[in-house]
Amino acid sequence: MFAYLLRRVLYAIPILIGVNVITFALFFVVNTPDDMARLQLGVKRVTPDAIQKWKAERGYDRPLLWNEAGQGAAKLTETIFYAKSVRMFAFDFGRADDGRDIAREIRSRALPSLAIALPVFVLGLFSSVCFALVLVFYRATRLDFYGTVLCVAMMSVSGLFYIIGGQWVVAKVWQWVPISGYASGFDGIKFLLLPIAISVIGGIGPGARWYRTIFLDEIGRDYVRTARAKGLSENVILFRHVLKNGMVPILTGVVVVIPTLFMGSLLLESFFGIPGLGSYTIEAIGAQDFAVVRAMVFIGTVLYILGLLLTDISYTMVDPRVRLQ
Amino acid sequence: MPLLSVRNLSVKLGRGRPVDGVSFEINAGETFALVGESGCGKSMTALALMGLLPNVAGIERGAIEFNGREITRQSDTVIRSLRGGSISMIFQEPATSLNPVLTIGYQIGESLAIHRKLQGAAARKRAIELLELVGIPDAERRHDEYPFQLSGGMKQRAMMAMALAGEPRLLIADEPTTALDVTIQAQVLDLLGALQRERGMGMLLITHDLGVVSQVADRVGVMYAGQLVEVASREKFFASPAHPYSRALFTALPEGSARGRPLATIPGRVPPLDSFFSGCRFADRCGSVKDLCRGKEPPLTAVGDGQRVRCYFPGRGEPRSIQSTTSAQLLPIESADAREVLLEVSELKVHFPIRTGVLQRVSGHVPAVDGVSLRILHGRTLALVGESGCGKTTVGKAILQLQRPDGGQVVFQGADLTAMSASQLQPFRAAMQMVFQDPFGSLNPRMRVGAIISEGMAALKLPGDHPQRVEELLLQVGLAPETKDRYPHEFSGGQRQRIAIARALAVGPKLLICDEPTSALDVSVQAQILNLLKELQASLGLAYLFITHNIAVVDYLAEEVAVMYLGRIVECGTTEEVLRSPKHPYTQALIAAVPRITAERPGDVAKAVAGDMPSVAKPPSGCHFHTRCPQATEACRQRYPSAVSLSATRMVRCHLYGDT
Repeated sequence: MFAYLLRRVLYAIPILIGVNVITFALFFVVNTPDDMARLQLGVKRVTPDAIQKWKAERGYDRPLLWNEAGQGAAKLTETIFYAKSVRMFAFDFGRADDGRDIAREIRSRALPSLAIALPVFVLGLFSSVCFALVLVFYRATRLDFYGTVLCVAMMSVSGLFYIIGGQWVVAKVWQWVPISGYASGFDGIKFLLLPIAISVIGGIGPGARWYRTIFLDEIGRDYVRTARAKGLSENVILFRHVLKNGMVPILTGVVVVIPTLFMGSLLLESFFGIPGLGSYTIEAIGAQDFAVVRAMVFIGTVLYILGLLLTDISYTMVDPRVRLQ
Repeated sequence: MPLLSVRNLSVKLGRGRPVDGVSFEINAGETFALVGESGCGKSMTALALMGLLPNVAGIERGAIEFNGREITRQSDTVIRSLRGGSISMIFQEPATSLNPVLTIGYQIGESLAIHRKLQGAAARKRAIELLELVGIPDAERRHDEYPFQLSGGMKQRAMMAMALAGEPRLLIADEPTTALDVTIQAQVLDLLGALQRERGMGMLLITHDLGVVSQVADRVGVMYAGQLVEVASREKFFASPAHPYSRALFTALPEGSARGRPLATIPGRVPPLDSFFSGCRFADRCGSVKDLCRGKEPPLTAVGDGQRVRCYFPGRGEPRSIQSTTSAQLLPIESADAREVLLEVSELKVHFPIRTGVLQRVSGHVPAVDGVSLRILHGRTLALVGESGCGKTTVGKAILQLQRPDGGQVVFQGADLTAMSASQLQPFRAAMQMVFQDPFGSLNPRMRVGAIISEGMAALKLPGDHPQRVEELLLQVGLAPETKDRYPHEFSGGQRQRIAIARALAVGPKLLICDEPTSALDVSVQAQILNLLKELQASLGLAYLFITHNIAVVDYLAEEVAVMYLGRIVECGTTEEVLRSPKHPYTQALIAAVPRITAERPGDVAKAVAGDMPSVAKPPSGCHFHTRCPQATEACRQRYPSAVSLSATRMVRCHLYGDT
């Protein structure tokens, strides 16, 4: 198992390099530093001098890949590619356009993101699985039919509707919680309740419908017939036999997103004014702050690879047939 | 009072009745066998007894009395306490019938907890006892293992341990050995018989295999289209089956004595579930049908000696001769050297690498095929037999170069295929084709039949009018030309296998590799396919490599036989030589394990070969078979026996025959 994990980590290196090179090409070759400067400065203030000055302030005045003027190793290091892309492997993301250190910013914003994403993940998975189990227990009855209709209806409604509608009803009309905002520590709970609740409810529709399909698939299998032939009750069959087998495919879809929880939710954080990584990304995109966007793409890649690795490990825990080697 | 009495049981499913007015009784200590082809309602009857019918089906009328107590109208709780307790069931497919993510011990423990109120250490002790009882070696360790760690035969034994956990008085066994190899089947049947005698259990055995029935049943019921058409004692049934359907089942069986003439088949197919019947349900397929049969349904009438038949003219239809395979006389086979060699395989090796470590370096090999030599003559059939996992299929693939061999030569009409590049192989693709085991999985469900058949011709850029050729091929395999516009799912298993054969024939091959082409089919359908293969061989001069585990089919179809064990050929020769006087102890065990159809009560069943086939990854030292061989000596453990020629056509690899 250790050898397998080590090999997977080694596989991750070329993937990371590839993602790094592709993002570099997108951000600096397709959209040159000159273009960035023009966008940032605005049409009225664009002069060759202003562009030069803007680039020099941010270190974009260097050559892309190869510096003829440099000495020795500096031919390679005194370039945009080295300074902006290669340094990311050391988690050095440089500074944002407003001059703040991106790495520090990410560290301080990860916690608020997690404060929402983690409860949403746990509660969402739990409630979707429970709802799906109820539907499967009452399969082929009216409850199952209307429950499935409800799922489809819920997944057909836009996420924005849940957010805006929830804010209006719960925060504005009932005034149970503030509409938006954030505070650290226990004071923050009242700000978090509504976004968490909305996100969990919004996720039940697609989640429960998918899990119901998985459980129904399992309940038609031969081993369930064997279990019935032993005289086990339907409850025991559902919770001991079907649930355990059904969790195998569910885990694959679910574990992979655990690390990316750090990235936060773009929509939710923006609407509720949570100072997390999701809103950070949205703001950076809005402000054309490419340094931040590049950093988030890179971190997202690393976390996703980590998620795939975790998925494989979790497989070995739920399915005795899987051995990693 | 009988243990189980079923009276006029009917099961409704949609508009159809898969079980329609079935009545029978089972006494304690007695085995009642339900026989019939798929779709005749055997399994539905068993599921109805257990109260396990699918949601869409239900008992329409009738009564089931167990131990004098009516159980069809009991509450769920009462039925559940019987299920797995007084009435237990074993299912067909041990691979899927056990929960893959729970240990064997846990799954047995569940039964013990419900029916015997055993928990914890006591349950563990009892579970281990049960595993020992069903003959699982090293039961203590197996108790904590998962189903995937057990072989097929072991899984079926574990399944039996589970069924016995509730101390049942009635055991329902639904095709308990169909998924197993003959050697393992013999072991499992022996065990079932012994357990039954010991505990005085009643047993309902559901099977399509008349050989199995002949071995273990006391009384037999034949089902057709949801009805019992014949009930008789085992002796009576095998001596003089009375219903035309029963008789047809016998004549459709392939055996050596039928060699050279076509097998009797049953025309048409089992009627669909929602058919409406006015007369006898078998009338449309019956060879001796009269006007009376179409008017009113015949009742189940006694014809003496406890035999009851649902037929106005019992005893008609194809006469049947019981001939045990050993005494059958074969038609003379023309001498081998009269024909040219089509394919010569020598020292074929396929070794699958085992990779380990961070860098996935090759650390060892699985010798799936380890030095196999074969010879196939023009227009003749060579059968390759052996237990599952012995490498038969890999040999077929390696001959076709679908799996590139790691050593040896495959010489087809003088050309060595192993040395060729993919493009050089192209012209040979037309000369060799394969027919696969599962006609449900091997045809692309999204392609029309015509496209499936013509695809190979287009890929190999063969000249000629392809659409016209497709119609000719369909006629040749016994299907209407119009079927070319339909999709595979519209056909039955036998028809699909015909399509698969037409697909293989499309490119005009000289050699067909048939990988268990009939093992997924019912007996009467198998007879049709075997007849078709025979006809095609006669008219087109095809040679067959027939990969199978069914000895009876080999006896009927093949001129030569090669027996394979753990990647090597242990014995080969003409069918006459190998099947009539097997030399290698493995061949002897294999043939002895085939259940014989005899009218007399079989005496002690020939002692089945013990144990499972060892892992191919770690074959035993010396002769691979020594771990299971009753005659193994020190020499067998030391070195692998070299080939000994016993006649011009006969080879055996065994130290018993003067290894030099």
